[in-house]
Amino acid sequence: MSVLVYTESYNGKFKKNAFEVASYAHAVAQKMGSSATAICFNAEDPASLGNNGVTKVLNVENDNLKTFNAKAYANSIAQAAKAEGAKVIIISSSADSKYLGGVLAAKLNAGYVPNVVAAPENTAPIVVKRTAFSNKGFAHTEITAETAIIGVSNNAFGIIEIKASASVESFAPTLGDADFSVKSIEVDKVVGKVTIADADIVVSGGRGLKGPENWGMIEELAEVLGAATACSKPVSDMGWRPHSEHVGQTGKPVASNLYIAIGISGAIQHLAGVNASKTKVVINNDPEAPFFKAADYGIVGDAFEVVPKLIEKLKEFKAQNA
Amino acid sequence: MKILVCISNVPDTTSKINFTDDDTKFDTTGVQFVINPNDEFGLTRAMWFKEKQGATVHVATVGGPSVEPTIRKALAIGADEAIRINAEPTDGYFVARQLAEVVKNSGYDLIIAGRESIDYNGGMVPGIMASLLDMNFVNTCIGLEIVGNQATAIREIDGGKETLQASLPLVIGGQKGLVEESDLRIPNMRGIMMARQKKLNVVEPVDAPSLTIDKKFEKPAPKGPVKLVDPDNVGELVTLLHNEAKVI
Repeated sequence: MSVLVYTESYNGKFKKNAFEVASYAHAVAQKMGSSATAICFNAEDPASLGNNGVTKVLNVENDNLKTFNAKAYANSIAQAAKAEGAKVIIISSSADSKYLGGVLAAKLNAGYVPNVVAAPENTAPIVVKRTAFSNKGFAHTEITAETAIIGVSNNAFGIIEIKASASVESFAPTLGDADFSVKSIEVDKVVGKVTIADADIVVSGGRGLKGPENWGMIEELAEVLGAATACSKPVSDMGWRPHSEHVGQTGKPVASNLYIAIGISGAIQHLAGVNASKTKVVINNDPEAPFFKAADYGIVGDAFEVVPKLIEKLKEFKAQNA
Repeated sequence: MKILVCISNVPDTTSKINFTDDDTKFDTTGVQFVINPNDEFGLTRAMWFKEKQGATVHVATVGGPSVEPTIRKALAIGADEAIRINAEPTDGYFVARQLAEVVKNSGYDLIIAGRESIDYNGGMVPGIMASLLDMNFVNTCIGLEIVGNQATAIREIDGGKETLQASLPLVIGGQKGLVEESDLRIPNMRGIMMARQKKLNVVEPVDAPSLTIDKKFEKPAPKGPVKLVDPDNVGELVTLLHNEAKVI
């Protein structure tokens, strides 16, 4: 009985979270005395998942599945789980994986737990720690169903390198017209920019930036750090930045290694959205801003003076460490 | 068009979170409950369809009598009828199963649920429900137009958005973007008075299992005090992030 892991790819290339969920699946399989099998769709280099502990990869080579389709992907993964006798399925907690998670859970009558932040505490039955209450708390959740689906949070477990190769098999699920009844007609994806979901570092701006015309320094700081840009809710509500950059309880959750908040006071809803980040830095001219209580490092000062200096120092640091 | 909006009764977004009974239960003391924000965007979009294209809007929730003020608010906002499934929600599968039972044989063309509730954050109810009902499903929906039997939906993806087409009946996992924040409605006095006259049907739950159990809760470990860096010595922050936090 293997552990099955769904590894996401885009245009044939594995996403960063694919290596993390593969590493997670390997850890779970070891704990269960089993092995990890991956399923991927039209991946260019499926054998490379061996470097993260996967021993076998089922690569679905099907032109109809070149772009993500929740129902067809869930149906394929369910068929692979049955073929492999897998009772534990690992997915990520990306937008796509959360889309298919519920559909897959219903198909397999499985207990599904997303937003998991650590390897299972127990495997018989499975008990996992996950975020709840929009990162204001954690729940230790037991899966009582025979089949379990674990959705791993980005950056929570990390990538483990093993340096091995996996065997690769083609997998051809049986799919019908009904699996393609929801049709994708256009994908508008930012290319060449780090997304909040994939980012190790997020640079976020708030009302303290005074207007959208001042976002240049946020973008420059993000570029120096190889970071994604984000914003607080008022900023997206005012239309300074798109909704997709809104971080917080009703926006996107952030679980980066470093979160830099500039001109954001730190409303409870905003903090809930970024609590899962490991290191938080706040730059604000108000020493009473609530964010200082939640941050690891802080600078009380005018963002328009501090941020350009920070960019300059980071450039020097990069030059020295290049 | 007949629309069902699924409503979750959640702590207000400003709530501080505490647990009781040896950290096995959420502490509701002093907590105000509201319509789940993701559901509120969906409800407002449903009202838009009602007003612009003609639709009947029902709302449904799973919960005991204590959730009635929340569902009455949805009626005051303009929903035509409410359904309360008389059971304490235990997990996402249980809730989805109850809601699917309401949808079955009720002829809804569109079912809107929030992408997730802001309390337990399972995010699985709309997907499980759609799958149990064998209906089309679009998650993290930030735009929705319906012409005849065809829906065009926009969903948020990591790093962008995707436009999808599907025929009705359709299940949507909605969120901010379905309508603008400024379009959200506060019930007026007339709406509140009218809501009292509207039908609130209480139905008993069907027998359904829970597939997960939250055994225990905990709060994040308390943080140490913030380490302040002099604004005239920004280089120190770079050093701390490199040497101490090891994040750059």
